Amino acid sequence: MTPLDKTGIARRAARDLRDGWAVNLGIGVPELVANHVPDGVEIILHSENGILGMGPQATGDLVDPAMINAGKKPITALPGASIFDHATSFGLVRSGRLDLCLLGAYQVAANGDLANWSRSFDDPLPAIGGAMDLAAGARRVRVLMQHQQGGAPRLLERCSYPLTCPGRVERVYTDLAVIDVIDCRFVVREMIPGLGLDELAARTGAPLDPAVDLCALA
Amino acid sequence: MIDKTRTHAEDAIAAIPEGATIMIGGFGECGRPDMLLHLLLESGRHNLTIVSNNAGEGRKGLAALLLARRIGRMICSFPRGAMAKEVEMLVREGSLTLEVMPQGTLAERMRAAAAGIPAFYCPTGVGTMLADGRETRMFNGRPCLLETALTADVALIKAHRADRWGNLTYDRMARNFSPLMCGAATRVIAEADEIVPLGGIVPEQVATQGVFVETVVRSRPVPAELWERALA
Repeated sequence: MTPLDKTGIARRAARDLRDGWAVNLGIGVPELVANHVPDGVEIILHSENGILGMGPQATGDLVDPAMINAGKKPITALPGASIFDHATSFGLVRSGRLDLCLLGAYQVAANGDLANWSRSFDDPLPAIGGAMDLAAGARRVRVLMQHQQGGAPRLLERCSYPLTCPGRVERVYTDLAVIDVIDCRFVVREMIPGLGLDELAARTGAPLDPAVDLCALA
Repeated sequence: MIDKTRTHAEDAIAAIPEGATIMIGGFGECGRPDMLLHLLLESGRHNLTIVSNNAGEGRKGLAALLLARRIGRMICSFPRGAMAKEVEMLVREGSLTLEVMPQGTLAERMRAAAAGIPAFYCPTGVGTMLADGRETRMFNGRPCLLETALTADVALIKAHRADRWGNLTYDRMARNFSPLMCGAATRVIAEADEIVPLGGIVPEQVATQGVFVETVVRSRPVPAELWERALA
């Protein structure tokens, strides 16, 4: 079996994008999704520091300190883009104007809880950024992450790290599987070829149900 | 005649008292008022409460104020990044207190202050450790946290264009928190790339109305050696 690399995870998540969606891509692996938007699908990318219609990352002469994304990387703006202040930016998040938010995570629980901002309840340097706003506000919250971290499962019955938002994750894309959260259960939609459900379960910290139409993840 | 433009910002910065609460515009380096931050550092003010999304990076801007131990408290959303090690050290030695909140809540608390709204209910953070002990109410079946308006004594702002009435525009994504801070702070000092005659800004493109702004100065870059000299 060959686990997906980061690009593979991003490419799989990109296949679920729908034409017309406004989408926020979190920092890290979710950012790669922008490179794999399917043909014929037009999406509007949001970056929480104040843009709709964000284009590809800027390189060379296009790098401009007045045009950066939430990860502070240089970006371009597409024709049709708009720029606005932070209150408008998070206002459109909270009022449900984002069709989808793709986030990275430390942990996801079978009840849809998300932990992606801190690994400790007494962190001397807590840093939240826009994670809680996005997870609480976007119409759909999906996660891209490695199935395990240092051999420890990250899909759990309950998160052990501080929560970013309870009960909102609906789908998780990992290097091994695509898993939905349905009625507080993990349901396996797709698995990489050569991996059995038992083997996937051994790498997961909560029970797994196979979907009736369980198929290969590629 | 109304004329908020000044040749220098020194007098406006000198009027900031010890221990003041100061909002600093910008998201990272984008929209950061470096000239005003340098003057604030030179002014020798201590025990400041700083409201800013980030903790800065390198040895310039907000980072320089942190390194010089001028900040006693930071109200922010993401104090990690390039300054993580230094910020953590200041927190561990007890000289810096962090008050961290979601980025959208930080922005909305400023917007509320700018709009004359003393408090509001917000769904962000419900069900997390941030909600512990907080007043919560249900609206349309959804729990929400009580949040209060966030004000400050002063805001330091980087604008693109300004006129003598104090009207401001921003250079694209340098807008970020700045219009909100202008409304939330009692006094606003803005440095602008360009000072234009009245009418030089198209009315519907004014991003911050002059009534929110007290002082406008022409911005100039702060060379790295000036930051180093101030930190020496």
